[in-house]
Amino acid sequence: MPAGFSATDFYYILPELVLTAGALLVLVVDLLFPRRDGAVFFTALVTLAVTGGFLLSFLGVDVTVSNGLLAIDGFAIFFKSIFLLSAAVTVLMSASYLKVEETRPGEYYFLVLCATLGMMFMASGIDLITLFIGLETMAIAFYVLAGFLKPNRRSNEAAVKYFLLGAFSLGILLYGMSLLYGLTGTTTLNGIAAALVGAERNLVLALALVLVAAGMGFKIAAVPFHMWAPDVYEGAPTPVTAFLSVGSKAAAFAMLARILFVGLPGLVDDWQLIFALLAVVTMTVGNIAAITQSNLKRMLAYSSIAHAGYVLIGLVAGTERGLAAMMVYLWVYLFMQFGAFAIVTMLRRHDVVGDELKDISGLYFRSPLAAFAMLVFMLSLGGIPPTAGFMGKVWVFSAAIEAEWVWLAVIGVVNSAISIFYYIRVVVFMWFKEETIGSPVRVSPSMAVVLAVAVIGTVVFGVYPQILFNHAQIAAETVGAAVSTAALR
Amino acid sequence: MSNAANFPLLSLILFTPLAGAVVLLFISKQSENLIRWIANVTVGLGFLVSLPLWFWYDSQDPGWQFVERHAWIPSIGAEYFLAVDGFSTLLILLTTLMGVIAVLSSWTAITMRVKEYYVFLLALQSGMIGAFVALDFLLFFLFWEVMLVPMYFLIGIWGSDNRLYSAIKFFLFTLVGSVVMLLGILAVYFYYQSVTGIYTFDITQFHELNIPYNLQWWIFLAFFFGFAVKVPMFPFHTWLPDAHTDAPTAGSVILAAVLLKMGTYGFIRFSLPILPEATQAFVPFVAALSIIGIIYGALVAMAQRDWKRLVAYSSVSHMGLVMLGMFALTPVGITGSIVQQLNHGISTGALFLIVGIVYERRHTRLISEYGGLSKTMPAFAAVFAIMMMSSIGLPTLNGFIGEVLILQGVFVVNKMWAFVAASGIVLGAAYMLWLYQRTMFGTVTNPKNENLPDLNLREFATFVPLVLLAVWIGLYPKPFLDRLSTSVDRVIARVNSDYTPRFVVALEPPDATERGTTLFGNTPTHGGAP
Repeated sequence: MPAGFSATDFYYILPELVLTAGALLVLVVDLLFPRRDGAVFFTALVTLAVTGGFLLSFLGVDVTVSNGLLAIDGFAIFFKSIFLLSAAVTVLMSASYLKVEETRPGEYYFLVLCATLGMMFMASGIDLITLFIGLETMAIAFYVLAGFLKPNRRSNEAAVKYFLLGAFSLGILLYGMSLLYGLTGTTTLNGIAAALVGAERNLVLALALVLVAAGMGFKIAAVPFHMWAPDVYEGAPTPVTAFLSVGSKAAAFAMLARILFVGLPGLVDDWQLIFALLAVVTMTVGNIAAITQSNLKRMLAYSSIAHAGYVLIGLVAGTERGLAAMMVYLWVYLFMQFGAFAIVTMLRRHDVVGDELKDISGLYFRSPLAAFAMLVFMLSLGGIPPTAGFMGKVWVFSAAIEAEWVWLAVIGVVNSAISIFYYIRVVVFMWFKEETIGSPVRVSPSMAVVLAVAVIGTVVFGVYPQILFNHAQIAAETVGAAVSTAALR
Repeated sequence: MSNAANFPLLSLILFTPLAGAVVLLFISKQSENLIRWIANVTVGLGFLVSLPLWFWYDSQDPGWQFVERHAWIPSIGAEYFLAVDGFSTLLILLTTLMGVIAVLSSWTAITMRVKEYYVFLLALQSGMIGAFVALDFLLFFLFWEVMLVPMYFLIGIWGSDNRLYSAIKFFLFTLVGSVVMLLGILAVYFYYQSVTGIYTFDITQFHELNIPYNLQWWIFLAFFFGFAVKVPMFPFHTWLPDAHTDAPTAGSVILAAVLLKMGTYGFIRFSLPILPEATQAFVPFVAALSIIGIIYGALVAMAQRDWKRLVAYSSVSHMGLVMLGMFALTPVGITGSIVQQLNHGISTGALFLIVGIVYERRHTRLISEYGGLSKTMPAFAAVFAIMMMSSIGLPTLNGFIGEVLILQGVFVVNKMWAFVAASGIVLGAAYMLWLYQRTMFGTVTNPKNENLPDLNLREFATFVPLVLLAVWIGLYPKPFLDRLSTSVDRVIARVNSDYTPRFVVALEPPDATERGTTLFGNTPTHGGAP
């Protein structure tokens, strides 16, 4: 690989550079104003806003920079906007939560920004090394974030578990990647695709594919690689859980889609089969396990596993529509999932842990607006119109039907009906049970912003999703072209 | 006529209740009477703005009327496409009228969480109207699902004993049915795209589509799940007795009068014309289920000790008859089926109001708790008698017209079915008359019933329009039948082309091969007086 970067390379990674600088600034600000939690909070928010501004200026760009390591295209920008928005929402959610937990933010916001940075490289990377470094950057930040509540045993357990299993899965992924490199002699995705044209399918190639699938399966928490998720989601600070279940999942999907669509289009039949099976067990196990949960965070963890299954359907379709469906789904998932977790975060008060299902009972009588918001999120997660979740599901299932994966769509539909059962149970607790526990629920201003954004996003994209669909379609074209040509071959 | 005016009438009808619901959100929940007034005025307005559908609808024009069409989600070809024909016109009018009655009947029955109650009721109203006016399949599905949530809350919060169980059962049954239907919708959508290269959810386009039989068969099955649960057909009916029994009165009224019609509307609007060959193939299957429903519903109704549950099971029986008439696939049968849908809405809606009135006074629904009510509540007994006779299908009342048309339509297809259906009607008479006898006649045996107040003015007002309609349809159904002719022709032309459309035949002398269409002819022999 030729050494040296030109000025244009730096121009195209301006958002990432801004984010890096902002992250470092957060550390400095924390050092300068040790008693002012608001200072780091605002620094982090402003950093994300400025990064977003730079990112949007690249709308419509489609270039490969840094000697073929990074692609700045619609696909990357779409996903990066998901990451930045989730990071911003996470920051907004964290301020009051950390206060209740009596934890100083300190490096917290720095780690959130670092994780975001890693995600951004996962969306842009078109080289196995870049992708892996992005993944690693994100993962390490999350290991620390999961254990951020130092006196809390569950948080510690979450961190250790996530670290051990995460490291293990990264090893598996890396092994798969090294096999790919051994077979093709290159780490760039385009190079791998070119080298595999007409290549014999052998055991090593199959092993490489399976290992990559398994490694990525850990990150998207697909069954049977999901064991870490419920414990980590339950133990980690709630805003981190939300970020983990939306941002990290979306990033892993971006990376996975990039590897499969750009790097391995020749193996489309094989990976479709693998991920179709994964999608089926992921949806089914996730939903059935969620039914039995009495802990709200754990329930949302299993529901998040199930949602990964729906997103996988889009991936399996292997078409541009499938990719677009995946992106649409992850985008709407951002609003509904963050909304639900914002409510759980609010339930945490100085005298109540607030993550049990019974803690949400009677929420309607204490805070009708919050209960209404939660109703919208639950309906959306269950895929009932007029919410964004419904539009997401329409896209995913229609992609599957168009690609003639009808049985997969049928299983998806049956699953989304099963899922209603536990989402509606939350509604039952909120609206029908009048007993309340602990001190009143208060909505802090920053949390009000989160809820407003989440409700508006969920409803607007449910009623008028045209803008989103349009962007997703355009973005999917930039990556989906490769696999369509492979399918023709 | 009306179509010349580019006035968005359907949108107005659709959004009036929703606007009322939004206004209610901003009213303090302490001012309960203000809330009640606003809700009543809203549904009143909703009914008034729907009246032009009756007066301006042109029953000679075979096309879609009051069309509104705007881009909604161009990237998948979904549109905001509203239009009506005679069939949906009548159902919309039924909906807006029952809305008025349901809201008015709740005035004293609902004392808890009044504000939310009316918000949900009004939102439900918009959802139902939306399903009837949407001609875009995705838009239809959206409204179809939107109805679930308010109904779920109406049952779950304001229902009786077993409300949570019933609410969830209602929700899950309908939802499972409709998500399967969604797959069917997507299958039609992609088939259309594969033939024409255009992505659209336009139902009028789908009506002209010739889908291969194999695919039709599967899509029919998918639609069937969605619609049959809603109708409800045996054996998908088990949610209905629970939901009806535990829902508050207004909820039961709306559920019986309008929500059940969603299923039959779906069959006539979608299954029959989009999937004609599959429909014909499924006729024996659907007919068998309908007949089982008719007999089973009637027998189970007879065995009920709970007044409201009895009426609920009578719905299963009546809707079986509606389905049987429809799947005769003759013009008379389908017309009868539609008329009977209206009749069922009117009479069963009224019967639920009747149960609601005694329940509000006595807080029990057990038939054995009552007896001799005609002594203490004569006006009530009179109204009940009329609605009971309407439900049984006594001549001069509406039920008779529908039943005769259905039986006539079924008879030319299969005499055995007509025979069984007729015996179901006899059973219907049996359980209704027995119910009437046990509750109304005799001496007052239970001292608690001695001083029950008769209908007050408000309660009486809820029955007036229903009684008038029952008599009107019973004596002079021509305006209703006229409105249906082009809708029925459109369906028949697709699903059973043996029958030449009437407006073509009218130019030629009557033809002997024209089975079963003579009742209508073009001569004014309506009224179904054999």
